[in-house]
Amino acid sequence: MNAIILTAIWGVVMMFGGVFLKKRTTPKYWAIAGILIILIANILEFFGHSIFNIDTKGMLHFDSFGLLFNSVIFICTLLIFLLNGSDFEKIGLHVSEYFSLIFFVLCGASILSSFNTLLLLFLGIEILSIPLYILTGSDKRNLKGNEASLKYFLMGAFSTGLLLMGIALIYGGNSLGSFYIDAINLGKGNLPVLIAAGLVLLLVAMSFKVSAAPFHFWAPDVYDGAPSVITSFMMTIAKVAAFAAFFRLFETSFGAMQYQWQMLIAIITAATLLIGNITAVFQRSVKRMLAYSSISHAGFMMFTLFAINEAVSKDGLLLYAGAYSLATIGIFAIIIKMTDYSIEGFNGLGKKQPLLALTAVIFLLSLTGIPLTAGFTAKFYVLMAAVKDGHQIWLVILAVICAATGAIYYFKVIQAIYFKEPLPGLNDEIVVSRSFKWMLVITAALIILLGILPGLLVDWIYY
Amino acid sequence: MLGNYYTFPELLIWIPFVTGLIAIFIKNSNSVKMFALLSSIATLVVSVISLFYSDIAHHPEFFYYSNVSYVWMPYIGSSFSVGLDGMGFLLTFLTAFSYPLIFAATYKSERKNANVFFALMLLSQAGIMGVFVATDALLFYFFWELALIPLYFLCSKWGGEKRIQATFKFFVYTFLGSLLMLVGIIYVYVHTISISPDSNHSFSLHAFYNVLLSPHQQDWLFWLFFIAFAVKIPIFPLHTWQPDVYEQSNYPSVMILSGVMVKMGIFGMIRWLLPVFPVAVGKFDHFVMILCIIGILYASCIALYQNDLKRFVAWSSIAHLGLMGAAIFSTNRLGLQGVMLEMLNHGINILALWVVVDIIEKKTGVRKISELSGLGTKSPTLAIFVVIIAFANIALPLSNSFVSEFLMLNGIFHFNKWFAAFATLGIVLSAVYMLSMVQKTFYGKANALVDKVKKMSAGESIVLVILVIAILILGIYPEPVIHLTQSSVSEILSRVNIR
Repeated sequence: MNAIILTAIWGVVMMFGGVFLKKRTTPKYWAIAGILIILIANILEFFGHSIFNIDTKGMLHFDSFGLLFNSVIFICTLLIFLLNGSDFEKIGLHVSEYFSLIFFVLCGASILSSFNTLLLLFLGIEILSIPLYILTGSDKRNLKGNEASLKYFLMGAFSTGLLLMGIALIYGGNSLGSFYIDAINLGKGNLPVLIAAGLVLLLVAMSFKVSAAPFHFWAPDVYDGAPSVITSFMMTIAKVAAFAAFFRLFETSFGAMQYQWQMLIAIITAATLLIGNITAVFQRSVKRMLAYSSISHAGFMMFTLFAINEAVSKDGLLLYAGAYSLATIGIFAIIIKMTDYSIEGFNGLGKKQPLLALTAVIFLLSLTGIPLTAGFTAKFYVLMAAVKDGHQIWLVILAVICAATGAIYYFKVIQAIYFKEPLPGLNDEIVVSRSFKWMLVITAALIILLGILPGLLVDWIYY
Repeated sequence: MLGNYYTFPELLIWIPFVTGLIAIFIKNSNSVKMFALLSSIATLVVSVISLFYSDIAHHPEFFYYSNVSYVWMPYIGSSFSVGLDGMGFLLTFLTAFSYPLIFAATYKSERKNANVFFALMLLSQAGIMGVFVATDALLFYFFWELALIPLYFLCSKWGGEKRIQATFKFFVYTFLGSLLMLVGIIYVYVHTISISPDSNHSFSLHAFYNVLLSPHQQDWLFWLFFIAFAVKIPIFPLHTWQPDVYEQSNYPSVMILSGVMVKMGIFGMIRWLLPVFPVAVGKFDHFVMILCIIGILYASCIALYQNDLKRFVAWSSIAHLGLMGAAIFSTNRLGLQGVMLEMLNHGINILALWVVVDIIEKKTGVRKISELSGLGTKSPTLAIFVVIIAFANIALPLSNSFVSEFLMLNGIFHFNKWFAAFATLGIVLSAVYMLSMVQKTFYGKANALVDKVKKMSAGESIVLVILVIAILILGIYPEPVIHLTQSSVSEILSRVNIR
């Protein structure tokens, strides 16, 4: 509860405070202070100290998994602010509004990690998405940004409509006439038609939100058109929060009848992995390549839904969320500092900026899934969940083949960084401050730490 | 006594790892060369001392000594367990023995960014040691991938013109194989019975050896593991990455790749494939052996027509390793014992061959056999060494590989006479190509390049002397090696023959 209320309050504070701030550089310090307060409040709530005691009549349920997810999201947002805070000022005029919108997104994410009723699922999804529509188009003079924003808004609104229809069908179909997700949990072999239809619609709507194929078509254009800082935020935090909601919904409501919808998820996962990985190989722009690869990472996270009744899949989702977010935030932080986003733009980065090159390589190795990085332990947990489940082993083998193709496009960038000569005219001047380098080192160190001892994050679920 | 405080398996990993990290900060290239050499000698000393503690005669039980385990991920049943048995002692000794020789032989070469180069070499040694000592399947996989990354950077940054493409192909091939093996490892893990109360399953070696898998499951799991090891060794038809990578890479990396890394694949087959899937091994052994023997003959025929010395050595290496692969799947005592011995011998022989090729290329600047002739006229010592090394590669009696190839062929013969006949054909072909290469390059009329090979540097001479002495000693008295690995062979056979 702390997180939900504090993020909402701080969003309002930043929005109105922006009127009184004279300098353009101050909002980011307010934002960093705010996210720190919210993070500490969330951790306090994890250990039992809640500031606000509001009776939600069981509509919100705070368990260790949800609060831990919140913490991961807040730490990643903190990293974005620390790494890219000054880049927010380059987007447009109204700097503090961008930060306040991000806090509203975080409010939506906090609701999604702890909802217990379908109404709050809808509220959370909307609070998450609507500020993102605005943020996508916040660079008003950029035509690609306008296109991205409109696409996102239309697709998002459409998928929310599907979500509402699904919710309505489930409400009508379940015998208790209830919105509470644990009340819908019907036993095996008991699937009335209305609930089946509602389930499929919910599945489709949530797949839209997490950009799973074949509902992913909005993602590359939206991620490519949005300002890079916002892309970095959307690709990680918004997707991860949507996955938390997806997992929570399906585990509590439909977990017992998993065999009914497991094949659907298997097909979606296979399509997502194939489409994400194969199209990413052909991209010439690193930003677009990362956008497509984020679709493939969504495919890996879908595995946790595929194996939803295994205890390890919860660990896997949390770990994958953390590992993928850290690595993506890190690599985007480096991309944002460059003017040219093509793969050739990375040529010779090892000579121009050795520390940036080293951390970029660590982030790319983590995204590929090389041991010693968090990306490997995350993929390992996810694959372990799928194998433990035991059905559809062909899907696991397909996943590793796709992971190997992932190496192709990530290593193209690594090769450009270290083994190719810099091209004149592309990214000649990369200006970074010392604190930026320190933050990159800290992010890379976190990735390696989680790569060696994933228990540091995952064991807290069982607190 | 020593083992109570710090054990050999860990030291063998930590010494190269820590010194590798330190080496990055030593900017002076001469100092970092000496530092790397000293570090590798320290690892060698540890390895030799560990051999004295191996005491296999009094304690022939598998993994008696130096087995240590730390808590790592208890809730999923994986621990940082490392241990050494006879085969492990042998291979860690080979690794520890190879690196100082590699550093000494290539001491005079100038490299850009020498600190990063030597750091990566030492880190690769740490990774390879980890593969040989791991007794936990997840840890084994960890080190298996980790050994690959420094070599990827080594081969991509320092080498020939087309090295980036070649190494990239190598990496993607190996990565795909390893990921398939990961799926196999997880699947076997899910069917193990745990030994600790914290988790339901276990990744430890003993749990894997005792897992009960149905023949149908064993079939496809066998192939998942086999593909990963077959890419590493390489076994026909997964060998296409190897000649390009060997040709384009720098000499120290290619010495590591062919001398030590291929043994990772063979070791993996013996340790993790044969005992875990005995039924599948019995089902597919004919097929795999046919693949290996095709590899021997195919690679030998291609080696006959090679003009580039590096590609020549690459193809001859594939031929030798094909014989090792075939001998593993003969699954009898003679064959496996021969493979154990051959792992050490092939490491020594191929290292010696690469040192010779390195000397030739460094001094004359050419690698093409057609452009070299009569090198022996001005440098008789080098010619003598080359002839002994060539005989070792052909497996002439008195050389080390005679004993090992004899044992391996014996094992294959007991399995199937016709396979042994074709495999022996491979040895005949190896005599043809090896002797013809030596004859063309070292004998015959001297040409203009001959004068440049007169002097060998101190490092190269010492290394060649050591290797030649090793070839001869192991050829005359290989018994210590056989004695060391006997218990490992018995252990593996006892598990494989439960069909």
